[in-house]
Amino acid sequence: MRAEAKLGFILLLTPLLLWLTLLIFIPHVDMFLVSLRERVGVGKHDTSLANYRTFLTEPLYLWTFLRTAVMSVVATAITLIIAFPVSYYIAKIAKGRLQSALFLLCLIPFYVSELVRTFGWMILLRETGLVSNLLLWAGLADQPVEMLYNDAAIMVGLVYTSMLFMVVPLVTTLESLDDSVIEAGYDLGGTGFSVLREIVIPHAAPGIVSGCIVVFMLSLGNYLTPTMLGGKDSLWFTELIYSQFIVRFNWELGAAFGFMLLFLSSLIVWGMLKITGQTLEKTMG
Amino acid sequence: MKTSTTRFTLSALSLAIMGLAQSGSADTLRLLTWGGYAPENVIDMFEAETGHTVEVTKSNNEEMIAKLRATGGGGFDLAQPSQDRIAGPQMEFGIYKPIDVSKLDQSLFIPSMLSATMANTTVDGAVYGVPHVWGTSGLVLNTAMAGSVKDYTDLCNDDVAGKVSYRLKRPTLIGFAFAMGMDPFAAYGDEAAYTEMMGKVEEKLISCKANVKAYWGGGDELMGLMRSGEAVASMAWDTGGWKLNADNPDITFVAPASGALGWIDTFVLPAKGKADDAAYAWINFVMQPKIAAMITEAAGNFTASKGADEFASADLKARYQASFPPEAVDNIKWYPPVPAGLEAIEGGVLDRVKAAN
Repeated sequence: MRAEAKLGFILLLTPLLLWLTLLIFIPHVDMFLVSLRERVGVGKHDTSLANYRTFLTEPLYLWTFLRTAVMSVVATAITLIIAFPVSYYIAKIAKGRLQSALFLLCLIPFYVSELVRTFGWMILLRETGLVSNLLLWAGLADQPVEMLYNDAAIMVGLVYTSMLFMVVPLVTTLESLDDSVIEAGYDLGGTGFSVLREIVIPHAAPGIVSGCIVVFMLSLGNYLTPTMLGGKDSLWFTELIYSQFIVRFNWELGAAFGFMLLFLSSLIVWGMLKITGQTLEKTMG
Repeated sequence: MKTSTTRFTLSALSLAIMGLAQSGSADTLRLLTWGGYAPENVIDMFEAETGHTVEVTKSNNEEMIAKLRATGGGGFDLAQPSQDRIAGPQMEFGIYKPIDVSKLDQSLFIPSMLSATMANTTVDGAVYGVPHVWGTSGLVLNTAMAGSVKDYTDLCNDDVAGKVSYRLKRPTLIGFAFAMGMDPFAAYGDEAAYTEMMGKVEEKLISCKANVKAYWGGGDELMGLMRSGEAVASMAWDTGGWKLNADNPDITFVAPASGALGWIDTFVLPAKGKADDAAYAWINFVMQPKIAAMITEAAGNFTASKGADEFASADLKARYQASFPPEAVDNIKWYPPVPAGLEAIEGGVLDRVKAAN
């Protein structure tokens, strides 16, 4: 019986292990080796750290990464601020049918692909688009307004794209909070704000942390939304990686960029966890 | 006990699904090409005549080379990059195999175009490409609103400010260099001179950036911008201008004063292609004048097929003649082969333009 259970365990684990080694681990090792090559002539390569040096010495690349990271952090914060009241309403105030209906409403935009959703925003925001025409019609503007191709448009797209990934963990953790605890807080003389600060947020912390990590990583690694909504000034780090690989045929530099993205984003997440006094274990808990 | 059996079955099943190998048959022609180069009706005729089946993947120059490089030249049996992008990638990555011109019906090709393409795609004495579709890139203008634009550099004029669109890719760099009175093609072999030249173009493009509405990425994006009137002047392919001309007579393709840039898309055999016979059959089939005219109809560009012009539609011919008076045809600058390594110089320039404010 024991041996059988062990065999079952191994067989269950096999697909996961195969997935991890074949599709994640081996390609990363290969990519790392590519990133260490330096082109010295036609079809000739040397091993060196030249590509990483290029990333660190060319201000343009560092600047792009910084911009991407800061925008992603801001997008995460905005998503959290919008998603928290929404999740609280869904988890605590709405009941029965309404609760599932609201949750479903958050889910529905994800029935269509990201590309279609982004095009939707383009139709709304462009100079000859819906919002611009509405403003003209209402007399609030005297000429067409261009709302596309700027950082605000990127932000709108990023927040919209990642909303669900914040709402789901928040709803799950908030639902597990016993209503009587909140009532007790009020009974002991707490105000709405102090109950939120002392009871609700500490209880929801694991949900907030995991939601923030997912949204931050999704924003940082997003390619479509910044490129399409940002226009001529978009400049997103993933866009740099794409152009190194596809347009410039410079896989070596692209691979180095990929590793810097992996390393620096992990560093940012780790730093944020340290600052807020959270740990990954507690979040998983 | 029961659950452990279920587990076992599930794991075994997932393994079996993963292990399912793909199998291919020899007479499937996997064609890597541009949109419009393999229209449905031509594929149907080819399949009916030869019994081969055709699988089409649509792409562009950079993606074609990137895809072939990723597999070492496998996954496709016939590809269609531009003639200037064959010798460089072949020397650098070895992704093509020599083409056996004797297996082709050479009388179907326009002789001057065939010999020029063969010469440009020769590496170590072996020929790698034959011509298929050719065209130019230049200016697509809304002539009612962008009358002042005669050359690429006029896109920086004040009267079209905020209404300009072009691609942030190498044709833009080359076009601006010509319009600024330089000859980038002559500097292809000299990296230092080319870097200096691109530096000047970079300055110009950065100072011009305020004029740009958006850098377009795909043809449909440009069509949207021009059709809605959000952009009135752009750099684009001749076909794009002619297609828009059919909808709005004000918009058309204009050959710039410094010369339109001429390109030829070719046929090449990827190094690990498995259906060479089908590939040769396809080339011989689509170069027949009547079939070539059908491709011209779909793609909007003329082909290197001899005598196909007769079958082209009168509309298209009229648009072509309006955009290209004889002296503009003579002034077309044909792309010479891009030496390996130039992309890195251009890439730096393009990145810096994109990042500039």
